[in-house]
Amino acid sequence: MTYLNKADLKVVGTRPIRPDGVDKVTGRAVFGADQALPGMLVGKLLRSTHAHAKIVSIDTSKALALKGVKAVVTSADFPDIPSEEAFVGEGPMNFRDLSRNVMARGKVLYHGHAVAAVAATTSEIADAALALIDVKYEVLPFVIDVEEAMKPGAPVLHNDLFTQGTTPQPTEPSNVAKRVQFALGDVDAAFKTADVIVEGRYTTEPVHQAYIEPHACVVSVGADGQAIIYSSSQGHFMVRAYCAKLLGMELSNIRAMPSEIGGGFGGKTLVYLEPVAMALSKQTGRPVKMVMTREDVFRATGPTSGGVIEVKLGAKKDGTIVAAEAILKFQAGAFPGSPVQPGCMTCFAMYDLKDVRIIGYDVVSNRPKVAAYRAPGAPISTFGTESAMDELALKLGMDPIELRLKNAAKDGTKAAYGPTLQNIGYIPTLQAAKAHPHYSAPLGKNQGRGVASGFWFNIGGESSGSVHVNEDGSVSIVTGSPDIGGSRASMAMMCAEVLGIPMEKVRPVVGDTATIGFTHLTGGSRVTFATGMAVTQAAEKVRDELKVRAAKIWDIPPEAVEWKDGMAVPAGANAGGFDPLSLADIAIKAAKTGGPIISEVSVNAQGAGPGFATHICDVEVDPETGFTTVLRYTAIQDVGRAIHPSYVEGQIQGGAAQGIGWALNEEYIYNAKGELDNPGFLDYRVPVASDMPMIEAVMIEVPNPRHPFGAKGVGEVPIVPPLAAVANAVRSATGLRMADLPISPPKLRAAFDAR
Amino acid sequence: MSKIHVTTTINGEPAEFLTEPQMSLLDILRDEMHLTGSKEGCGSGDCGACSVIMDGRVVCSCLVLGVEAEGKDITTIEGIANGEDLHPVQRKFLEHAALQCGFCTPGLIVATKALLDRNPDPTETEARYWLAGNLCRCTGYDKIIRAVMDAAAEMRGA
Amino acid sequence: MSSLSYTAPTSVNEAVGILAGAQGLAKILSGGTDLLVQLRSGRTKPDIIVDTKKIPGIMGIREVDGGFVIGAATPCSVIGEHAGLSAAYPGVVEASGLIGSTQVQGRCTLAGNLCNASPAADSVPAMIAARATAIVVGPSGQRAVPVEQIVTGPGRTSLAKGEFILEFHLPKPAPHSSDAYLRFIPRTEMDIAVVGVGVSLTVDAAGVITDARIALGAVAPTQVLVPDGAAAIIGSKLDDAALAKLDAAARAVCNPITDKRGTIDFRIKIAGVLARRAATIAYKRAGG
Repeated sequence: MTYLNKADLKVVGTRPIRPDGVDKVTGRAVFGADQALPGMLVGKLLRSTHAHAKIVSIDTSKALALKGVKAVVTSADFPDIPSEEAFVGEGPMNFRDLSRNVMARGKVLYHGHAVAAVAATTSEIADAALALIDVKYEVLPFVIDVEEAMKPGAPVLHNDLFTQGTTPQPTEPSNVAKRVQFALGDVDAAFKTADVIVEGRYTTEPVHQAYIEPHACVVSVGADGQAIIYSSSQGHFMVRAYCAKLLGMELSNIRAMPSEIGGGFGGKTLVYLEPVAMALSKQTGRPVKMVMTREDVFRATGPTSGGVIEVKLGAKKDGTIVAAEAILKFQAGAFPGSPVQPGCMTCFAMYDLKDVRIIGYDVVSNRPKVAAYRAPGAPISTFGTESAMDELALKLGMDPIELRLKNAAKDGTKAAYGPTLQNIGYIPTLQAAKAHPHYSAPLGKNQGRGVASGFWFNIGGESSGSVHVNEDGSVSIVTGSPDIGGSRASMAMMCAEVLGIPMEKVRPVVGDTATIGFTHLTGGSRVTFATGMAVTQAAEKVRDELKVRAAKIWDIPPEAVEWKDGMAVPAGANAGGFDPLSLADIAIKAAKTGGPIISEVSVNAQGAGPGFATHICDVEVDPETGFTTVLRYTAIQDVGRAIHPSYVEGQIQGGAAQGIGWALNEEYIYNAKGELDNPGFLDYRVPVASDMPMIEAVMIEVPNPRHPFGAKGVGEVPIVPPLAAVANAVRSATGLRMADLPISPPKLRAAFDAR
Repeated sequence: MSKIHVTTTINGEPAEFLTEPQMSLLDILRDEMHLTGSKEGCGSGDCGACSVIMDGRVVCSCLVLGVEAEGKDITTIEGIANGEDLHPVQRKFLEHAALQCGFCTPGLIVATKALLDRNPDPTETEARYWLAGNLCRCTGYDKIIRAVMDAAAEMRGA
Repeated sequence: MSSLSYTAPTSVNEAVGILAGAQGLAKILSGGTDLLVQLRSGRTKPDIIVDTKKIPGIMGIREVDGGFVIGAATPCSVIGEHAGLSAAYPGVVEASGLIGSTQVQGRCTLAGNLCNASPAADSVPAMIAARATAIVVGPSGQRAVPVEQIVTGPGRTSLAKGEFILEFHLPKPAPHSSDAYLRFIPRTEMDIAVVGVGVSLTVDAAGVITDARIALGAVAPTQVLVPDGAAAIIGSKLDDAALAKLDAAARAVCNPITDKRGTIDFRIKIAGVLARRAATIAYKRAGG
C-alpha cells in the first residue's frame, strides 16, 4: 500500500518534536563515552610514530609488569585472517585489511597506526604502560601523495598488491590497487564532432568527517565467551559482524548495543576500537572502555580521499554536450578501497550523455585508511566535472543553469554507470534555481555567484522494524537503525500515519542486535527509505490485525471491518451498527482476542530513488587577503517526500555546510616526516557559526513510487554540489579558476598575485 | 600526592569531590559526579561540547582544573531545565530541530543561556560569534541560530 | 601515582617563595587555557602548579592617574566589559577579545597570552604598540618591564626562576590618541593569528600624526616593532603615500616561517595589508 497523495497525510509532512529530543537537550542521552560498567578497565592504544616501517619486535614485558596493568595485546593476540571481501560497512573493505588496520601486523603503514593496546585500572597507569612498550622499527621510505604513489619506484606499501582491472594484470606489485572504467558510446569519435572543448585538472585534499563525538566503546566478555558491546556507530550489526570476524567469534555470542551516536557522516561505518577492547576484555575478564582522543580521530580514522580529477568536455555551440571524459585518481589510504568507483559513477550522472567515459584509479599511500564520508567519492569527482561545466558555460557564453538544463538527465536517461533513471527530479531543481530570487539578486564589488549540481544513488537494502501495540493502546516501535539525525521521528511519523494515531502515541527505540532483526547500517541515505519501509509494513500488519481483533469483538468477518482515523469501524451498514473501537479499546481486550498485537517486518528494500541537487552560492572575496566569505547560499533538492521537513532541511543545510568547509579551509596537512600536522579542531578548520550564512533549503518533492510515502534518501546529495558551487562563485567574483581545493586564503592570494 | 578535597556548588546543590591536581573539571563532572551531559569532543577548548557556566561565565570545563571549582557556582546542562520544565532555549532547540546527533547540543544550550543571560537581544551576528566556539558538524548552524534568536525573543516577551 | 602538586598562594610573597623554592618544573596557572592543553598532551610535565588567582589584586582593572592597571589574571571577558579601558585602548581590548572562543575568554588572561610566548599571541602586538609595561615580581623584588622585553623566543621568556607577572600598566593616553589591532585568520573565529598588527597613534588638531607605534605578531620568532613604519606615517595625514610606505616597512621587518597556518610569502604580504588597515582604523579612532 502507498500513501503518495500528500493531501491525505495527517502526520507525514508535519514538524513534530523528535521523540528523543528532551534527552538530547537535557544531557540525559547516553552516547558512547557516557557508558560505564562496574569493574571497568581503561583501554588505550600505542600508535606508530612512523609513516611506514617494519615492526621488528614488540616487547610488552615492562608494561605488563606495571602494577595496575591487566593486559597488553598486539596483533599476535588476533587471528591472522585471510583476504576476504566484506560487505558489511559502507564502501569496499577487506576483512584482512580491516584486521591489520585495527592492529598493525608486521608493518605500520601510517603515522598513528595502532601497534599495541593496554588495559589498566586507571587512565594514568594505561598511559604509563604505553610508554613502557618497546617497539623496534625498521623505518621504510614512505609516500603520501596520490600521484607520487602511482609512479614507478615509489615505496610500495603491500608486496601482494597487483593492480586489478587492467589486462594483463601486472606481475609487479604497486600502490595502484584497482582501475575501474565506466563508458557509453564512442567518446574519442564524439570529441571530434565538438565545436568547443574544455579541459581541466582539479584536485581535492583529504578531509575528515569531523563528527564531534570521538569513537568510544565499552566491551565486556564473560567467562562463557558471551560478549556485549556498547558503542557509538552507524550500525551495531556492522560492529557485531566485524568483531566476530576479527576475533573468530560466532555472531550469536556477541550482543551489540547501540549508544547514541554523536555524528558519523560515514566515518563510523567501520570499527577501530571495539575489536581491541574485545581482545582486552577477553584477556582480563573485565569490561574495557576505550575512548579516542581528538588527535586519534584525525590521525587514525576516516578521512575521505583526496583526489585528482582530469576532465574533458566537448559541446556543440548550442550547449549540447557531445562527449565527456574524466580520469580520477583517489587516495585510499593505507589499504585499498577508496570511493573512486562511486566517484566515477556519480560525476556525470546529472547529464544525459551518449558518449562518456570515466576511468578511476584506487591508490594506496601512507595515510590512514579512508572511510566513507557522505556521498563517498561524489563530491570529489563532481568538483571536477561541475567546475568544468562552469568553464564550458563561460566558453559558450551560456547561462550555467541553461547549459545544465540543455543536458539534464531525465526519466529514461541511461546513466554511464548502467541503469536507466526513473522518477528523477533533477530538472525541477534547475528550474527552481533559475526562478529563485537568489539567482537574480544583484551582486556588489568583489562578489560572485556560482551554481553546481550533484547526484547520489541512495540505497535500500536490509532493514527490520517491529511495531508493538501496548496494553493501553500506545505503540512502541523498534528498529535496527542507529538514529544519527532524527530518524526516530520519521519512523514514528510513518507508523502513526499508517495507524491513524497521533505521533506522540508512538515511542520509537533503536533495538540491539538481539532484539530486532538484521539491519544494515545507517548510511547511503537508506534509513528513511528502507527501515521506513519495514516500519510501514509492520504498522500495516498491525493495522490488519487490529481489524481482525475488532471483528472478533464484534463477531463479524474481518473483511467487514475498516480502519479509519485510528479506529476500527464497520465497513458499512450491512456490517452491523457497532460503535467504533479505538486502538486502546482493542488493545485492552487483546488477551481475549488472541494475545499481544505485534508485528516485525524485515525487508531487503529495492528501488531507492536517486537524489539530485542544485546549489547557488554567493561569495565575496577580499583580493588583498584571499579571504572568501560565503554571503548567501541556497540548496535545492529533490527529496521525494519530506517525512519530517525540518530534519530534511537539516540534512540539506548540514551537507551544504560540510561542502563549504571542504571547499574553503578543510584539509589534511602533512609534514616532511609523513605526520599529519593538523590533528585537532584548531588547525583542521571546520566551519564555525560565524563563518556561515543562513542556508536556504528548498525541497522539491518528486515522490518515489517504490517507497510507501514516496521518500528518497536526502542525507548525502547535499554535500555533492557545494565544492564546485563555491569555486564557481569565486571564479565569478575574481575571474580566477581555483582548481585546487581548499581555496584557502594563501592559495587565493597567490592566484591573484600570479595573474 | 594525595587527592585534593573540593567543595563546590553544582546545579544549585552543594557538592564535594576528591580530585588529583591534573584532573579537569570535565573529568570530575563526567567520571566522579556522573554528570555525563557535558561532552568531550576535543579536550583542548576548540569544540565547546563541554561548556559549563562557572560563576556566571561560560567556560570549557576541559580547560578548568577540578581543583579550581573550589567555592565556585557551576551550572551544567543537567541544571538548565527547572525539573520537568525545559528552559526556553531547550524548548526552542527542539521546536526548530536545531539538533541532529545531539552531541554538541548540551554545550550549545549552556553557551546560549549564558549569552541570553548577558545580552537578551543579540543580533544574528552577535549570536554567531558568541557561539563560534561551539562546533556543530550536523546542522550548518542555520536552525541553531534560528532557535537562539527565537528563544531570545520569547524570553524578552517579544 | 601522579607526582604533580597544586597550590594556590594568597600573597605575592608566598607565591614567590613557592616558585623560587620549587623542586623541578613549576607552572603558573592563571586562566589555564594554554596550560591545560599542554598538560593533557604531555607537552609540559610540571611538578607543581601554582594558581595565582587568589593573590590580592591580580584580578581586576583599576584606573590610576588616567592610566590603567590590569591584573595579570583578569579574564579577557572582564577586560572587554570595562568601559573606560575600551574607550582609552580599544586596540588592546579588541586584541584581548580575540583570544579564543567565548568560553576561552571567560578564563584567558593577558599574562598567560604573553608568557605562553607564542609569536602569534593576539594581545601582545597591541600591548606593545600601546607601550604597556609588565610588573614582574620575584625573589629580587618588583620590576617594570616593557612588554616587548618579556618574550625572547617561541616558548621562552625573560622571566627568571621565581618570577611572575603581577599586573600590566597602560599609561595615560595622550590627547587624540587611539589604537587598533587586526589579525588575519583563515576563518572568522577559532584560529591562531597568521599575522597580527597592533597600531597606536596620536594626531594633532590638524589630523597630522605626531606619534605612532606599530607592532607585528606571527611574522618572526617574537613580536616585532616596525619603527620605519611609524616613521613613515608620523607627520602625515595617513595619505596613500604614507600607507604605501607603512606597508613596505611592515613587510621589511617580517622574518616568518611557512607552516600549516600560512606561507612566508603570504604572511609578509598580509603584514603590509593589515598594517595599513589597522593604522587607518586607529587614525579614525584618534580623530584624524
